[in-house]
Amino acid sequence: MAKLPKPPTPTLPAPLQAPPPRPGEGNGKVTPADQAGQAGTSVVDWVDERTSLSGGVRWMLFRKVPKGTNWFYTLGSATMFAFLSQAVTGVFLAMYYRPDPNGGAYESIRHVTNEVFLGQFVRGMHKWGSSVMVVLVFLHMGRTFFFGAYKYPRELNWVIGVVLLILTMVMSFTGYLLPFDQRAYWATIVGVNINGTGPLIGPYLSDFLRGGPEFGATTLSRFYAIHMLLVPGLLIALISAHLYLVARLGTTAPPWLKAEESPELREAEV
Amino acid sequence: MVPDKHAKPTPIYTLDRAIPGAFDGETVTRRRFMTGSAHTAGAIAASAFLLPSLAFAVGPIFKSTPARWESVGPTDMFNEFNYVPVILTLNPQIGEAGKTTVYVRKFNPAIDVDPYDKGAKFIAISNRCAHLGCPVRWVDAAERFICPCHGGVYDLLGRPVGGPPVRPLDRFYTRVNANSEVELGPRFSVNSQLRPFSPRDPGEALDGIGQYLYPSRPGAQKL
Repeated sequence: MAKLPKPPTPTLPAPLQAPPPRPGEGNGKVTPADQAGQAGTSVVDWVDERTSLSGGVRWMLFRKVPKGTNWFYTLGSATMFAFLSQAVTGVFLAMYYRPDPNGGAYESIRHVTNEVFLGQFVRGMHKWGSSVMVVLVFLHMGRTFFFGAYKYPRELNWVIGVVLLILTMVMSFTGYLLPFDQRAYWATIVGVNINGTGPLIGPYLSDFLRGGPEFGATTLSRFYAIHMLLVPGLLIALISAHLYLVARLGTTAPPWLKAEESPELREAEV
Repeated sequence: MVPDKHAKPTPIYTLDRAIPGAFDGETVTRRRFMTGSAHTAGAIAASAFLLPSLAFAVGPIFKSTPARWESVGPTDMFNEFNYVPVILTLNPQIGEAGKTTVYVRKFNPAIDVDPYDKGAKFIAISNRCAHLGCPVRWVDAAERFICPCHGGVYDLLGRPVGGPPVRPLDRFYTRVNANSEVELGPRFSVNSQLRPFSPRDPGEALDGIGQYLYPSRPGAQKL
């Protein structure tokens, strides 16, 4: 088998680098302790030999970034971590939640908040985290806009980002109903009716959201399914596309940095 | 010019079709046929679960709900000059969330100049605001319906006199049963002339072009 070219390994800080073998140690004998020490590497090698995943991971993570990259560039990752936090807390909240409009939904939320161990904390993370995510989405969007990072060739990533913004709003809207208290109920009535004021398709859209002409027994479970299955699936798919394009196209330098003049390039132009 | 008898005959069927790998006389290559069949099979398999699921999700739009009639009290409970609030169950399956308040009074020939609803003995006005559906309240002293959410104000007949509502308050059909009790039936919407329309959601205007921009739902009985 031909030997594959070894990709460059990222430089480790000196204290983390393995010391070279002492004289007399590197005698070719492999002790069980050596094998145990190499176990992690062996597992990774075993997987990598069968999947070639390390190339993709390196392509994704070890990219060149332009000079001037600063803290504003972390807003996208911050949004993604807010989404991951929502996903994880949401999955565990779903273990306790009951989408029963006849009092069961409110009761299950009350149970989570007051009786389940750390329930108030996990529910609080989900509830307040949703606002955090919306705020971060807008900050990230503002960074992209003011740094001009939406321009060629990154227009498609802007479009995907706008769809992600809309889906985040859909998540906020559908999640608001789930506690099924007075505020949730009336906010949803108003929100669905705002959808209904769209000409021609508005009435059908609000009927689709409610699952009928009036707020009914299926409205809550419909919102629940949209909130925890339909939109999260779309979000994960589009976030993946968004990240792929970021890695593919690279990030932009901040607009206040001018390109450095290179004498070689100027000569080559003639 | 002498024709070259060793030259391959020009493939007349596939020449201008740009089908790579086609034998002479073939209009469809085996590869293209297999590709087409695989795509068709995939499309059939995908639509076999996608179309029913989609129809399942949008089905409620086309479902018609049967009319419910509910008794709300004896006829002598109501008068011609002021509204009496009654509780009406719109949806019996969802408990308190399925109930609504309806304001009922007797038909008053002096103020109800409604040419479209002459037979009605009672007027039943829904408390669902015609702006975005919040519950309006009848304020006796002001003789107005007032909405707490965005400041919609309606007069005695339910016509908007202030705020954002785009049409009067919805009404319910009324009838008197054999026990002299007032029964409320299905909801209907009215335009600014109090002409009845099949029920529309709040926020949907019914004057002029509005009735065409906001079509009634397919399942609703046409008026």
